[in-house]
Amino acid sequence: MSKIYSSFLLALAAAGTLRAQVIVIQNANILPVTKPGFKGSVVIENGKIKEMGEKVVVPAGAQVIEANGQYLMPGIIDCHSHIAADAINEGSVSVSSMVGIEDVLNPTDISIYRGLAGGVTSSNILHGSANAIGGKCTLIKMRWGKSASEMVFEGAKPSIKFALGENPKRRGSAGSGPLQGSAGNLRYPATRMGVEDVIRQAFNDAKIYQAKWQEYNAKTAKGEVAIPPRRDLKLEPLVEVLESKRFVHAHSYRADEILMLLRVADDYGFKIRTLQHVLEGYKVAKEIAAHGAGASTFSDWWAYKVEAFDAIPYNAAILTKKGVLTSINSDSADVTRRLNTEAAKAVKYGGLTETEALALITINPAKQLAVESRVGSIEVGKDADLVLYDKHPLSSYAVAQKVLVDGNVYFDRMKDIEERGKKELVKKQMIDRAKEQERLQQKKMGPPPAGARRPA
Amino acid sequence: MTRRILISMAACAATLVAQADKKAAAPAAAGADNSFFLRNVTVHPVTGPEVAGGAVLVKDGKIAEVGAKLVAPKGVKVVEGKGLHVWPGMINSATQLGLQEISSIRETVDTGEIGTFNPQLRPLIAVNPESEHLPVTRANGITSAMTMPASGGGGGSRSAGTSPLIPGHVSLMHLDGWTWEEMEIKRNAALMIQFPTIETRTFNFMEFTAGRTAFTEAKRFYDRRVKELNDYFDQARNYQKAKAVARPDFRIDLAFEAMLPVLDGKLPVIIPAPDERTIKGAIEFIEKQKLKGILANIGRPGTALELIKAKNIPVIIGESTDLPEQEDDAYDKNYARAADLHKAGIKFAFGTFDTQFARNLPFQAGIAAGYGLPPAEAVKAVTINAAEIWGIAGEYGSIEKGKWADLILTDGDLLEHKTSVKQMWIKGRAVSLENKHTKMYEKYLARP
Repeated sequence: MSKIYSSFLLALAAAGTLRAQVIVIQNANILPVTKPGFKGSVVIENGKIKEMGEKVVVPAGAQVIEANGQYLMPGIIDCHSHIAADAINEGSVSVSSMVGIEDVLNPTDISIYRGLAGGVTSSNILHGSANAIGGKCTLIKMRWGKSASEMVFEGAKPSIKFALGENPKRRGSAGSGPLQGSAGNLRYPATRMGVEDVIRQAFNDAKIYQAKWQEYNAKTAKGEVAIPPRRDLKLEPLVEVLESKRFVHAHSYRADEILMLLRVADDYGFKIRTLQHVLEGYKVAKEIAAHGAGASTFSDWWAYKVEAFDAIPYNAAILTKKGVLTSINSDSADVTRRLNTEAAKAVKYGGLTETEALALITINPAKQLAVESRVGSIEVGKDADLVLYDKHPLSSYAVAQKVLVDGNVYFDRMKDIEERGKKELVKKQMIDRAKEQERLQQKKMGPPPAGARRPA
Repeated sequence: MTRRILISMAACAATLVAQADKKAAAPAAAGADNSFFLRNVTVHPVTGPEVAGGAVLVKDGKIAEVGAKLVAPKGVKVVEGKGLHVWPGMINSATQLGLQEISSIRETVDTGEIGTFNPQLRPLIAVNPESEHLPVTRANGITSAMTMPASGGGGGSRSAGTSPLIPGHVSLMHLDGWTWEEMEIKRNAALMIQFPTIETRTFNFMEFTAGRTAFTEAKRFYDRRVKELNDYFDQARNYQKAKAVARPDFRIDLAFEAMLPVLDGKLPVIIPAPDERTIKGAIEFIEKQKLKGILANIGRPGTALELIKAKNIPVIIGESTDLPEQEDDAYDKNYARAADLHKAGIKFAFGTFDTQFARNLPFQAGIAAGYGLPPAEAVKAVTINAAEIWGIAGEYGSIEKGKWADLILTDGDLLEHKTSVKQMWIKGRAVSLENKHTKMYEKYLARP
């Protein structure tokens, strides 16, 4: 039922996505994030921002969106999400670098639409945190109605999830709970010490594997006959990390484990691209900045477990002030719907400017994911991934009215509200049809024999 | 409760901290100064129009005068409020504050007792006045909160047996005091009833797997549980009759004793009711037992809204920012819940139903205002409405002469995320806004 219904929603979405060649959004309060805000217009052509300014020439035949003073900001980028994925954790091994989210992307997940309705246009879909080295991540654009492969952010650099602290060590101790091991089925590591060892061991193996390929490639380059090494799908992504071809996004909480991972990376000669959650990042901001890692954190989550007890809502502000490229993420299908006000909390907690706060959910995550030439700000030449809010986006009262991805309107609040009646009607028709089919089926089969019991 | 599935597996500050009165860092003590004159401030009485350039005179902890043309009496401490706003302290109508420190660590959680019927339990006496959550929540302008039982913790893990039908009372308290006695507003503010629901979808937390039960079976279980609940009330009434006769061998039963004010309609019951069917069932139960009812977390009310209005039952909203339950629900269904209740003429207040996000109460109200609730109504739903629902409106919930001076001074709109709380008074005494988070902030910002 729900599958059919969501297919129907998708069909509506696909039909509704107008591919107007030229769109002009006029009379908007434009918040480019990388430049001062101004009142004016944005011209979109072929999905890109072609022109912007206080006065623009509206090209003939352009579709005009009258903003009436509403606020236009870059589409929000959620640097940490688990929506649109049919599986999250490959929890059976401590190193699961062979698996990837792209293989389980679910483009029909309603969370995509809900996130979109909250202004999110790109979302970094990560593997879970059950393993010290998790699986490969996928950056998507929220192109609701498109196929899984069409949602993938084309050209984005590959990445992988690491995890430190309580979650990866859970399977090492017996207990109750979803990620806990059972007495007869414990798995190394059970401590933060073991987590470090697992990561080092994996990179030792990756270095040996890398050397074998280097040797093979050197031989073939010289025209010598050589047997290629056996391909290892677990070590391949780690070699890519060593060769700076794949980013590491590391789930982390405590200052000690953050420092540990930075030092491991230093030893093996690679960089941690982002520390995710990084709730005690404020304690080692200096070291994070020196390493060059980004930080992607929650606004104000705390106290849900021991390693989150020193979490403070000032984290994003301290990290920003100490020179760390910082973003605020959701890690939740719920919170991703209001990252604008999550960012606003950084104004309250630590006194970031409004532009700095907006950067936490736009240009900063874009830089962390190395897609800042495409998205994250309103600039000529960038993708037209935009959100139109009725009030300033950092206001509690702001509601997203229109959301564009690649210059296409993928969410329109007025249209959503208008179509509700139609959707209810279609839903009712589908239920009636299903009931009718069931009735006909029963008629054909005849009444159940006397004494027959309905299976429980 | 709405967050029973723990998803979390997953400049003000400088000035704010500087402004916090260091002398007031300790909870209010006897003989402390509880009189002052706050002037040049925008007063938001909540029950009346705002007063620009107004003043509030507080004498012996109570509001003595409010207005635009007041003059500071001699000898009273003057507090300058230029550019600032004064509001009644906010009341969070549903939390587990003081009962829960770190939600994943059982030893720090006292929210869920063993047993089906526990009307004798009183959360207030288990509140830890040193909990880090209290000053953290206070810092966002919340002066008092309802603390209540919840599933999980205490008596065991979430799946320890059948869920309770009466988990205990709920307690209304100030978020400041040396002891829980000093924090008390109403030890027994209402009796909580975990009304049964027809659950065809089940979730096993131990195995992290979802399951399904046939409707007829789920209904049968539901009917049995409702009967169990009614039977318990009948037993309590029998106890009441037996007590009235007062034979010499009459044995006091603490559980039934706790039921007496409820049976007499002196104490309300609060019932979470997540869907239309449960709401109707709960209202039927309230009528049958002749109780004073309050509903909470009415996730999918459907046509039951009219019934709630007709019976004049107030509601505690905790689900405003929750995800819609079903994939074909309107995306903004819960955001718009408060506006729906307002349109239906139902009285409501907001609660967060948790501990770690208790400080986000004003944001819940603010977001509801974005989705159609008039902002003034949103402010009422975190102040005067809560006071009215909990029966303390004569003393709290607005800035009016004669009420206790539970006040907060802010640099902007009460419900905006960006707004900072600059000062707080509880019963007229300045209360510190310093907390674990501001201390860690100062400490590590200063790290060389």
